[in-house]
Amino acid sequence: MRASKLLPLAAALSFGIGAAAADGAGPARVVSLNVCTDQLALLLAAPGQLVSVSPLGHDPRSSAMAEEAAALPANAAHAEEIVLLEPDLVLAGTYTARAAVDMLERLGYRVARFAPANSIEDARQNILQMGALLGREPEAETLLARFDNRLAALRDVPETRPLVAYYLPFNETAGVQSLTGEILDTAGMANISEARGLPYGGRLPLEELVLAQPDLILVGQPYDSPSQATALLQHPVLRATGALREIPDGQNWICGTPFLLDAVEAMRELRRDWEAAQ
Amino acid sequence: MKLALALSALVIALLMASLSLGYAPLSLSAVLGGVLGAGDPLHVMVMQEIRLPRTALAALVGAALGLSGAAMQGYLRNPLAEPGLIGVSGSAALGAVIALQTGLSAAFALALPLMALLFALGAVALILLLAGPRGGSLTLILAGIAVSALAGALTSLALNLSSNPYATFEIVFWMMGSVADRSLTHLALAAPLVALGGAVLLTLGRGLDALTLGEDGAQALGVSMTALRLKLLFGTAAAVGAATAVAGAVGFVGLVVPHLLRPLCGARPSRLLWASALGGAAMLLTADIAVRLILPERDLKLGVVMALIGAPLFLHLIYKTRRGG
Amino acid sequence: MSLLSLEALTVKRGPCPVVDGVSLTIAPGECVGLIGPNGAGKTTLMRAALGLMKHEGRSSLTDLPAGARARAAAWLPQSREIAWPVTVETLVALGRLPHDSRAGDLRAEAVGRALDRMGLTAFAQRRATELSGGEQARVLIARALAQEAPLLMADEPIAGLDPAAQIATLRVFEDLAREGHAVLVSLHDLTLAARHCTRLILLDRGRIAADGLPLEVLSEARLAEVFHLRGHMLQTEDGPLLQALDVLG
Repeated sequence: MRASKLLPLAAALSFGIGAAAADGAGPARVVSLNVCTDQLALLLAAPGQLVSVSPLGHDPRSSAMAEEAAALPANAAHAEEIVLLEPDLVLAGTYTARAAVDMLERLGYRVARFAPANSIEDARQNILQMGALLGREPEAETLLARFDNRLAALRDVPETRPLVAYYLPFNETAGVQSLTGEILDTAGMANISEARGLPYGGRLPLEELVLAQPDLILVGQPYDSPSQATALLQHPVLRATGALREIPDGQNWICGTPFLLDAVEAMRELRRDWEAAQ
Repeated sequence: MKLALALSALVIALLMASLSLGYAPLSLSAVLGGVLGAGDPLHVMVMQEIRLPRTALAALVGAALGLSGAAMQGYLRNPLAEPGLIGVSGSAALGAVIALQTGLSAAFALALPLMALLFALGAVALILLLAGPRGGSLTLILAGIAVSALAGALTSLALNLSSNPYATFEIVFWMMGSVADRSLTHLALAAPLVALGGAVLLTLGRGLDALTLGEDGAQALGVSMTALRLKLLFGTAAAVGAATAVAGAVGFVGLVVPHLLRPLCGARPSRLLWASALGGAAMLLTADIAVRLILPERDLKLGVVMALIGAPLFLHLIYKTRRGG
Repeated sequence: MSLLSLEALTVKRGPCPVVDGVSLTIAPGECVGLIGPNGAGKTTLMRAALGLMKHEGRSSLTDLPAGARARAAAWLPQSREIAWPVTVETLVALGRLPHDSRAGDLRAEAVGRALDRMGLTAFAQRRATELSGGEQARVLIARALAQEAPLLMADEPIAGLDPAAQIATLRVFEDLAREGHAVLVSLHDLTLAARHCTRLILLDRGRIAADGLPLEVLSEARLAEVFHLRGHMLQTEDGPLLQALDVLG
């Protein structure tokens, strides 16, 4: 009985999507459920095309475009709420709000899932994919060209690379085969996880970290409210090593967007400061 | 006397083992030199800032829990009374989380152990009130379930409301306990209150011995029940509260340790007090060594190890008390 | 010199007095039996006299500080609680708690004497909780004896003991009295009370109904009035014997 009630709804929805696609101008109402798709869509969408951003979309710690997103309402990634927004296209991450996304797909909505970017190449592909989805291919090409130019200008191959540990909550360290790893590499830094045999990152106990004597230990900024996992990054021993540096722009490191180049640039500055101090 | 020597020797051996066994191999001379502040400055830093606080906290928290368990059991004359099971540790954790999440502890560092103490105090008072002068097993366990569940739920709520996305993961820490990567700051926060509470609890020996004869018997032997109750309340709350504030709620220590040591103490509550303090330290040091040896690549919580040892024993004790009527 | 003196001792449960204006004095050398039907207030009287419950009036014991009181009077409660599996010797030694803990030899002697009196020397190293109910009762009596207080107050100490142990226990109390101590013991067995006590206090609904020599207290009229019992005390070669004949409606 429930299924029969849903059928006309699904039919109406697919009709609506079909109509939007027929215009050739891409979907008219786009809702994003993921903080990374938020930013790609904000960069590429036509005015008015994006109607809502993800729950973290307004959080400056998580999104490099929190300010630009402020004009749009943030959703809570609940299926019910999304349905009421009448989207033509839902943008989601592979792992974000899975139950809600599955529900939306069952209801017949068009959902595009973006895998988290694990490399700069992933980031490049994300730009093109977003352009295609939004019907904004030319804008995407332009953005990508600017991205490639800036990347080439930033890439640095110094003689000595400082040994760097990007230390994360729960004693994790960022691997070489990750977006963070590529940012460090591009900025001319050697990642400690390579020497430790952790290409994808992994657990690095505090004392092993200290004994490995990295030149720089990078940690995120503390949150306003505490947690054990992040309190680890304020352990006095880290300060005692003299290698501790706080990363002020964590939002640039999270997503495969052009903002990751800001992170590369900041790291290049840090490396040069370190070189100068040697 | 022999028991005291044996337990002290065990604790010292475990302290040495805990200091020597880290994630990274260090030679014995590096370990000893590091603790004493001599030798390679890198080793000194690792030993003094990482391993020493961890080891000292494991011993301190274990002693606090073992001693509190023995004291509560002596007072209620029930071997099932244990700070974790009756919700005292859970309430202390709630107090600590509230102190952290409201920013109280950031403004005033001692607020962390003090809030934990306050909440632990409330829980002990509530349990003593509910369980009555002689803590019946059923009342104790039921009251404990209710208090633990409420404290656990409110802890989760407080952490879910946090603006720090990692805070939610911390529920496991507060419910299971850990001394991993604790610093000297944590040690300095907890140690004075644990010592104070422990000192108060250790004075209860004579009264708890007399309580073997029941409340009337004890009072007629010149024991003031009012003073005993107040000291027990404060001592337990201070020791468990301060320990939980920095290490989370580690369960079952106060159950397992007095149970194992009771036969060796001739079942005398007064001897069991200090024996359980030493035994608790040994037990938690062992558990902390175990979490590092068994799964070094995972951050295993102390409560997991303790529950694996403690829960079967707890069930066994329930079965025995039931048969005993 | 009296070892216990009560003046108008009253204990109320709500508005009703459970013990109502009891005055009495107990002197050294007395073995006083406290008798009365169930609910007469025997236990309450003794507990109030010891200061274990709220009361009005005066008791010479409650005037003392806790430690001195514990050295002046030993108390054997009716509930035979032994919470932990300690040895008999350890349990009996609890009686020495009110005394100077440095006097180790004195303590061992007092414990030895108490065990000996109760015929428990062979049990000294047994776990008290593993003994039979009657044996546990004797261990607890020994514990009270070890306190060696001038006054011993015992609440139905012989309930549940076998006949020989009942008589033996009361003999110990008699001996204590002869040695210059005093004993106040509540009893239900009127025959044993009449035989072993130097004096009986009959309690009825919280008041003293009679206080005097056993045979004077246990008159036919009082048996009827207080115990609702038709019967009388027979004089036999071996001492008095209660012949209970019927219950009075």
